[in-house]
Amino acid sequence: MKRILRLCLIGIFMALPTWLMAVETKNLLSELTQTKLSKMPAVLEQLEAQGDESLLPVFRAWLGGDLYYTRADSHLVVKTKVAGETVYMGVFSQEVDAELGSKQVRKIKVNNKLRGLLRGTIARLQLTSKQPELRESAVRELLADLDRDTFTTLEALYPQETHSSVQEMMQTALSLYTAKDPKQSQSARLAAIDYLSASLENDVRNGLVQLSQDGNAVIAAASNKALDRINQSVERYAFVDQLFFGLSLGSVLLLASIGLAITFGVMGVINMAHGEMIMLGAYTTYVVQLIMPNYIDYSIWVAIPAAFLVSGLMGVLIERLVICRLHGRPLETLLATFGISLILQQLVRTIFSPLNRQVSTPSWMSGSWEINPVLSLTLNRLYILAFALLVFIALVLILKKSSLGLNVRAVSQNRSMAKAMGVKTEWVDAMTFGLGSGIAGIAGVALSQLTNVGPNLGQAYIIDSFMVVVFGGVGNLLGALVAAFTLGIANKFLEPTTGAVLAAIFVLVFIILFIQKRPKGLFPQKGRAAE
Amino acid sequence: MNAIDQSLQSLRDTFRRDLVWPFLAPEHAAKVDVSNQMILYVEGLNLSFDGFKALNDLNLYVKDGELRCLIGANGAGKTTLMDVITGKSKPDSGSVFFGQTHNLLSKDEADIAQLGIGRKFQKPTVFEEQSVFDNLELSLKTDKRVIQTLFSRLSPSEIDRIDEVLKIIGLNDQRFMKAGALSHGQKQWLEIGMLLVSDPRLLLIDEPVAGMTAQETERTAELLTSLAGERTVIVVEHDMEFVRSIARTVTVLHQGSVLAEGTMDQIQNNKDVIEVYLGEEAVEA
Amino acid sequence: MSKLLHWFSAGRTSGKYTLPFVILLLGITLLASAANLLLPESSALHVSTYSITLLGKYLCYAMLALAVDIIWGYCGILSLGHGAFFALGGYAMGMYLMRQIGDRGVYGHPTLPDFMVFLDWQELPWFWLGMDQFWFAMIMAVLVPGLLAFVFGWLAFRSRVTGVYLSIMTQALTYALLLAFFRNEMGFGGNNGLTDFKEILGFDLQSDATRVSLFIITALLLALVLLVSQRILSSRLGKVTLAVRDAEARTRFIGYRTERYKVWLFVYSAVIAGVAGALYVPQVGIINPGEFSPINSIEIVIWVAVGGRGTLIGAIIGALLVNYAKTRFTAIMPDGWLFALGALFVLVTLFLPKGLIGLYGQLKSKRQTLSTQEASS
Repeated sequence: MKRILRLCLIGIFMALPTWLMAVETKNLLSELTQTKLSKMPAVLEQLEAQGDESLLPVFRAWLGGDLYYTRADSHLVVKTKVAGETVYMGVFSQEVDAELGSKQVRKIKVNNKLRGLLRGTIARLQLTSKQPELRESAVRELLADLDRDTFTTLEALYPQETHSSVQEMMQTALSLYTAKDPKQSQSARLAAIDYLSASLENDVRNGLVQLSQDGNAVIAAASNKALDRINQSVERYAFVDQLFFGLSLGSVLLLASIGLAITFGVMGVINMAHGEMIMLGAYTTYVVQLIMPNYIDYSIWVAIPAAFLVSGLMGVLIERLVICRLHGRPLETLLATFGISLILQQLVRTIFSPLNRQVSTPSWMSGSWEINPVLSLTLNRLYILAFALLVFIALVLILKKSSLGLNVRAVSQNRSMAKAMGVKTEWVDAMTFGLGSGIAGIAGVALSQLTNVGPNLGQAYIIDSFMVVVFGGVGNLLGALVAAFTLGIANKFLEPTTGAVLAAIFVLVFIILFIQKRPKGLFPQKGRAAE
Repeated sequence: MNAIDQSLQSLRDTFRRDLVWPFLAPEHAAKVDVSNQMILYVEGLNLSFDGFKALNDLNLYVKDGELRCLIGANGAGKTTLMDVITGKSKPDSGSVFFGQTHNLLSKDEADIAQLGIGRKFQKPTVFEEQSVFDNLELSLKTDKRVIQTLFSRLSPSEIDRIDEVLKIIGLNDQRFMKAGALSHGQKQWLEIGMLLVSDPRLLLIDEPVAGMTAQETERTAELLTSLAGERTVIVVEHDMEFVRSIARTVTVLHQGSVLAEGTMDQIQNNKDVIEVYLGEEAVEA
Repeated sequence: MSKLLHWFSAGRTSGKYTLPFVILLLGITLLASAANLLLPESSALHVSTYSITLLGKYLCYAMLALAVDIIWGYCGILSLGHGAFFALGGYAMGMYLMRQIGDRGVYGHPTLPDFMVFLDWQELPWFWLGMDQFWFAMIMAVLVPGLLAFVFGWLAFRSRVTGVYLSIMTQALTYALLLAFFRNEMGFGGNNGLTDFKEILGFDLQSDATRVSLFIITALLLALVLLVSQRILSSRLGKVTLAVRDAEARTRFIGYRTERYKVWLFVYSAVIAGVAGALYVPQVGIINPGEFSPINSIEIVIWVAVGGRGTLIGAIIGALLVNYAKTRFTAIMPDGWLFALGALFVLVTLFLPKGLIGLYGQLKSKRQTLSTQEASS
């Protein structure tokens, strides 16, 4: 009982300031419904003086002529269209009042003078917002249609601005207006154009395109030059963008192939079911999300170890049941593991249906990091890139520092010697296979964030993964890293000129030719033992 | 840098007076020019695996018809030297000539074998799924190109040759047995037989008596000494008793280069050899 | 004396079952054909045209399995890309059949196949020229797979790519072709491939007589390929091939250029696969890029493994058995087939490394030892 009381008190306290502030505003708003058109500007001025950002929707609706009030209780509503039907909803509540029809409401009038005033008010209100991001985006929105009023407003606000990126945006807007204004001196306009040439805003580019048709030849030439500069930097950023996509594909390939590189290197066998280990990891992510639908944001932290365990255990199982019986017969192992991959695929089809499943992305991974108007990197790819490198480093550390790593390296260099030294090669094989498969499972978690999860998920990446292993050299982690990123970047840079399919073909042909020169990959093992 | 070195080397080779220009040399000149009594010239051979120098400025000359024993500790470079001579490994630098005209470094394993250099491996490798007879048939000195092999038929003289070798190696009764079913010692013999039937000029034999009984070892020694003269034989062996029984000249390898060369007695009294090869024994003595 | 011994040894090679097998094969072919053409449909012994076509298809697969067995079973090269050669042969035949449609296509264009009219192409691409001639198309069906095998084999074997590496590369090869043939711009009908064939050499493809003839031709060619391959593999070249499989380095050290042997064997095998593909297309009535998919190529390997690799007859028997099982299985429970196929891969590699033929051999030798034991006791 006490607790409820306390909760109520807290609620009241928190509501109090807004409620207090709203009293004055509420009066002014209700005045709106009664005042004549000629007296409106005064009311508007008073409303603006409240400096309340929550009034912005009201002003916007008013400007658009969509602001109404109910005849019954002078309650402000906005006219909008939902699915083709005209409806009215509360200005603040944003809830549709289904009972209201055109008979029950009345429009708050607006004329040209008022529209001008409203624009200024909206701009000033946004520009004086406390959050710099809002101020910046307000200025950016103004770029599209600058007029005298906004120009003077900006000019007045500019000296007070403290945030550097907002300042820059304001400077851009002012320059854009100056450049377009034929009344300004030529030198001022040229200086403005020069300033604009560093901007990547779309509206600036459009403005410059207009200016390049300007009657004044000097201005036109300067605009063209500025446009060239902008285009150059746009191209530069497009290159960075492509590079990023290449790295992203590379990170996926790295995750997918690194487990394969380990098993191939240590045991000399190709695991054709490796793709299905990836698929199992992806489905584990899906199942984890099914189990905890309300905690999608955290599900990934459960999914990563879960996928590692599921795929890893499956790997150990396959090794113990099949691969260890085919020791020293790599081609037969290849066939047997292919059979396993068929079974696993069909199993998943039977359990989860052959249709693709959607895995949702945690909110902290969705969205993108906007560096500038032409370059934004999607967060999920960025995280996966970092994750892949992390897994790589962890794996290198495991192989270099742990006792398992020591055993694995011993077995991969000289199996019979290691056995003679008392290394339990069978145990090492099972662990290696489990580790490789587990990493494939983790790769599946990463992939589920990029594509749909389906029974053929593994197949789509397996041949590329093989290529990475062949390209990088057997059992060489560094080789796998270099090969994965090289292939990823090459693929993405070829794609725009040749199309995705031809790019894939080119990469395959390149690798076939590459192993002519270096049959043992980029970083071959040397010496008599390697024969 | 490497490319420049190589082209410089090839330029120097072009002006060497002791070489015939390759395009002037007759094609497939199977004749081995031994007019200077030397059949194998190994000069300045270097080969390293990841920093480990397997061969270090190795020089070796073998006379035509000689029976030469190579000894040396493990890792001295004996097998690597054989690998280079037979084309399995390519050295970083140096030259290997067979007779005066055949540059072995420019040829692959098959070419070298067809020139008449036969090799027996440390571990006996025979074609296990095929009969002893087939193993020998494959090793015959014949035209080994694809089409010729497809249409080849065993001539009576070839069958006689195989029979002869079967008797020498004592596997006449096992001729239709699968080679995989032979004992270890028999496989050793079969491999020697495969060498014999191919009628080579130079035989490289890696540890021939490992796994043989004393009796068999004796027979092997007899066989090898009988081969020398007509053919040149290079034997790598650890069994000192065996080496003493066959060798006229012994070469000691140490850390990839030649440490000493001479008769068995000379070698045994050589200070360097005692120090590095027989070091421990000497100390004990 | 020794010559006599040698003569006996030649008789002991695995080829002694070949001739009886060929006679059996041709006998069954003739009986089935006669049962289709001569017996009325009401007869209990009548063989339907559907069955004849199915049998013809199996025989094409058998030929393909033979091709894979020659290089895998005898030379140790596990090719996971033989479906590519099969499909290329099939496409050559498909192009010929396509040109035979003439102006009877949906769009009625005199020279352009329907899909080209659909793509708004104005003239035939250069590689379609001459494909209206049967002899030319057949040369292509043999030449294109052979040439591809030669180039690929030369590149791969020269740089001594072996084992699983090579298998992966062959898989990549067929995968690259799969991607390429899916493209409309390639001019091979893209996704849909080539289909709607009307006639071959003027004979209606739908008629019973044509179907039976195609079946008989397939059987004859299979017998021919079997006999020729048996002859090749029992020559000294065959012995070199086995030597390459078991100890390639050793083979080189006795003077054989193993890469050349491998290249030519690979080309020979690819040509057989191409012929099989060319025979397959008119009987099935369609060729599309799906034939290039890596899984098809791996499936061929399992046919060979089931029958027994290293024996030509085993490969044929394996292909017939597995495909018959597939037909029956997919009719009863379509979802189960992939489970069965997957299990087949695992079980055969684990428990039947020499296939059914090997199993037969084992049982026979066991019975022999038993009977000799009985006789001695």
